[in-house]
Amino acid sequence: MTDIVFPGVALGGLLPALIVLGTAGLVLLLDLAPPRDTKTHLGGIALGGIVAALLVAVTRWGTEQRSFRDMVLLDNYALFFDLVICYAAALVVMLSMDYLGRTGGESGEYYGLVLFATAGMMLMVSAGDLIVVFLSLELMSLSLYVLAGLFKTRLASGEASLKYFLLGAFASSFLLYGIALIYGATGSTSLDRIAASPAAKNADPLVLAGLGLMLVGFGFKISSVPFHMWAPDVYQGAPTTITSFIATGSKAAAFAALIRVLVVALRGAQADWSALLWGIAALTMTVGNVVALAQSNLKRMLAYSSIAHVGYMLMGLVAGGAPGAGAILFYLLAYTFTTVGAFGAIGLCARAGEEAVEVGDYAGLARRHPVLALTLTLFMLSLVGIPPLAGFVAKFYLFGSAVQAGYLWLTVIAVLNSAIAAYYYLRVIVYMYMREPEGEGLSVAPSLAGGLALTIALVGLVLLGLMPAPFADLAQAAVTPLLR
Amino acid sequence: MRPGLLSVVTFLPALGALALIFVPRRLAAIQRGGGLVITLVTFALSVPLWTRFEGDSADFQFEEVARWLPTLGVSYHIGVDGISLLLVLLTTVLTPLALASAWHAIEDRTKEFVITVLLLETGMLGVFVSLDLFLFFVFWEAMLIPMYLIIGVWGGGNRVYAAVKFILYTMVGSALMLVAILALYYQHGGATGIYTFDVPTLARFVLPPGQGQNLMFLAFALAFAIKVPLFPFHTWLPDAHVEAPTAGSVILAGVLLKMGTYGFLRFCLPLFPDATYEFAPLVFALAVIGIVYGALVSTVQPDLKKLVAYSSVSHLGFVMLGLFTLNQQGLVGGVIQMVNHGISTGALFLLVGMIYERRHTRLIADFGGLWAVIPAFSAVFLVVSLSSLGLPGLNGFVGEFLVLVGAFQVNPWLAAFATTGIIFAAVYLLWMYQRVIFGEVTHEENRRLTDLSLREWAVLVPLLVLIVWIGVYPSAFTGKTEATISALIAQVQSKASVALLR
Repeated sequence: MTDIVFPGVALGGLLPALIVLGTAGLVLLLDLAPPRDTKTHLGGIALGGIVAALLVAVTRWGTEQRSFRDMVLLDNYALFFDLVICYAAALVVMLSMDYLGRTGGESGEYYGLVLFATAGMMLMVSAGDLIVVFLSLELMSLSLYVLAGLFKTRLASGEASLKYFLLGAFASSFLLYGIALIYGATGSTSLDRIAASPAAKNADPLVLAGLGLMLVGFGFKISSVPFHMWAPDVYQGAPTTITSFIATGSKAAAFAALIRVLVVALRGAQADWSALLWGIAALTMTVGNVVALAQSNLKRMLAYSSIAHVGYMLMGLVAGGAPGAGAILFYLLAYTFTTVGAFGAIGLCARAGEEAVEVGDYAGLARRHPVLALTLTLFMLSLVGIPPLAGFVAKFYLFGSAVQAGYLWLTVIAVLNSAIAAYYYLRVIVYMYMREPEGEGLSVAPSLAGGLALTIALVGLVLLGLMPAPFADLAQAAVTPLLR
Repeated sequence: MRPGLLSVVTFLPALGALALIFVPRRLAAIQRGGGLVITLVTFALSVPLWTRFEGDSADFQFEEVARWLPTLGVSYHIGVDGISLLLVLLTTVLTPLALASAWHAIEDRTKEFVITVLLLETGMLGVFVSLDLFLFFVFWEAMLIPMYLIIGVWGGGNRVYAAVKFILYTMVGSALMLVAILALYYQHGGATGIYTFDVPTLARFVLPPGQGQNLMFLAFALAFAIKVPLFPFHTWLPDAHVEAPTAGSVILAGVLLKMGTYGFLRFCLPLFPDATYEFAPLVFALAVIGIVYGALVSTVQPDLKKLVAYSSVSHLGFVMLGLFTLNQQGLVGGVIQMVNHGISTGALFLLVGMIYERRHTRLIADFGGLWAVIPAFSAVFLVVSLSSLGLPGLNGFVGEFLVLVGAFQVNPWLAAFATTGIIFAAVYLLWMYQRVIFGEVTHEENRRLTDLSLREWAVLVPLLVLIVWIGVYPSAFTGKTEATISALIAQVQSKASVALLR
């Protein structure tokens, strides 16, 4: 019997996530400190922590650190996602600062939970082991379950939280069962060792069963059809800032883990998962877009639209290789800029004391608030994929990778889907610019932090659209560690 | 790198739009005046393009190349040849006229209107000067949004429906084109090892004939056919035209429709020569159906604007017929007819807009006997109508005649059917003219109409000059384009025969 060897403790590989976790603890402590009227200062501290983690991630670029026996990998791939996640988290915190005050949901633990979720996401993208994937997924999910139910007095918020929790727990167990099967077949949970095992190389039936179950779990987190049912209800009921975090951060993290698991550990079964994902991608984008056509609630509409975008992103996995994976990363970056911005703009609008979420609420917005209307228009156009905005270039890379890999028909389905999608995104513009308001008009909360967040998102949108080359190179550099 | 003249012309309107954003909303006169000045300066800068362009060369001129996305093989590559030069000038001429025509017609949200038109101009110019497929697609899609807003915000009663229909039709078409662009890119890259979106480079590549080329051709052709619009993809056009404000209609008819025909010339013919030959009979059939159908439907329209809109379907059918004859006369005629249609139909829409501003109706039945009340308007209207129906000595004749000569060489019956379109054009235009202008004044309101103002003269005179100039001395215009077109024909034929030999 061999002795149990404890791996050396090398916290450097955890540094970005640790900073965020430390800030979370600090925020919780300070929340207990002499009570103050508002909790905005906690938001400021949270923001500081996230920015610090972001800066650390930037300085680490180009290095690779494997710690805890390859359980945590801080490579370019993880760092790229750290940037996306920190960026999303920072915008969410900025948008939350006065959103919470306005909607009466202000509390110190809000920022703490956002930071815990962020840390979970950051661990998830560095996971080199299925156990770490599962643990970080739970850290992220549990925080988000609570955050979705932040508005304790609102029925919809409670419903969102409960649905998210029940279905999420169900999906997590699928993931765990899949991990167990793969462990049984290959004798390891480490991605590298799974990849090296004969069972994974030969696509053993047990591995395939595990793969299928894991795809259910991941499918839930990225909300791909047919595991998307929770998304509209949760997106609608959760506070808008949290909705945007679920739609971007948690999706990016789940995608990161999914890509790493499939591309690194289960490369041997690529033919199988690629065929499976072809169908899921086509189904996801079509269902998302077609159902979104019928939505009049903007948050629900964006929920279905985010489902559709997942369908597009899965195309990159189907296409495989460096171009496909790189395209997904670029797409996630563009999608994060756009989606946080769109939800943020919606979060600023209120009508008759309530959040303005019906598309009809936005009638005539262009006349009363031309700048905000223009901002929301640009976000919508980017979601449609109109050049020269980020969404177009992202789609171009993604569709290009699919065509390159020979998936012409999937690309045709995707482009036709984007044409369908134009209808419901443009409907928002129709209301803002071409209709007159009925009854009480929309009021927009003046918000410095919110305005700043939207400006950042807008700059990112235009920058990614006009000068995509450096970011695309970044995304390509990020996927190289996976494809060795 | 210093931006060249062509870049300046292309982006000046957009830069002007950016500047106008900072002019306060209440200074509507400055917004209007500023917009007009910007478009006029753009026109003035585009004149040297015309004068310095060497007509006996088939090469791209005023070329500019800069790196943009080197890893993808995308570059900022622009330039003009004998075909795009005419369309660039058509754009720079028509945009200030359209803006000036909207001086009083657009009172609501003037600032946004002027900015939108300026952005639209940059989009349109970009489409015509792009020599990189990626860049082209960027402009092609980006330009949709300003037009969508112009129809949807400043249009008539049913404007939202028309705007949405317009944009959905065009987006579905261009979606498939995107796939074809990518497919072509990878096919070229796979065969030659050079991954590029550069149009001249791609045009030299001989694509193997067969299903792949045919599908790519069809994907491109669908996008362009919707824009032209070729029968049966024309149903968005009457709605868009009728609902759009006058300035929008002028730009839509004058420039936007030309993007479709230009696309066929620039991409479909040289990139997919075998498919062009294969599908030419289909295009001929659709073009002739469009010519006759558009003319017949125009005849029975009670609404002036709808009549002009359907006449576009007929006139663009002539252009398509000319382009696919693939002989010198047909192609030159098609190109000249593109310009003619822009001028004549643009002028018709302006005139309809002027009378609409006075009477707030466009129904033919509401007019009659206008000659007695507003003779100057009636005289201009007569000249423009005659130019549109192809009276010798005016511009329309030159284009249609050359197209018919070209079509006759392909198949005499084709020319025969197409000629009926000219006859019907005379019927619907003259009959309309008779009902609106001649006879007794039947409606009391019409007695108080005022004749053309100075501003309206200023808008119409440039177009009248062009109508007569092209009609009397067409070689000033054909001379610029003939060398390009012979080179294009030679390229299409040689590529098709090379493919045949393999």
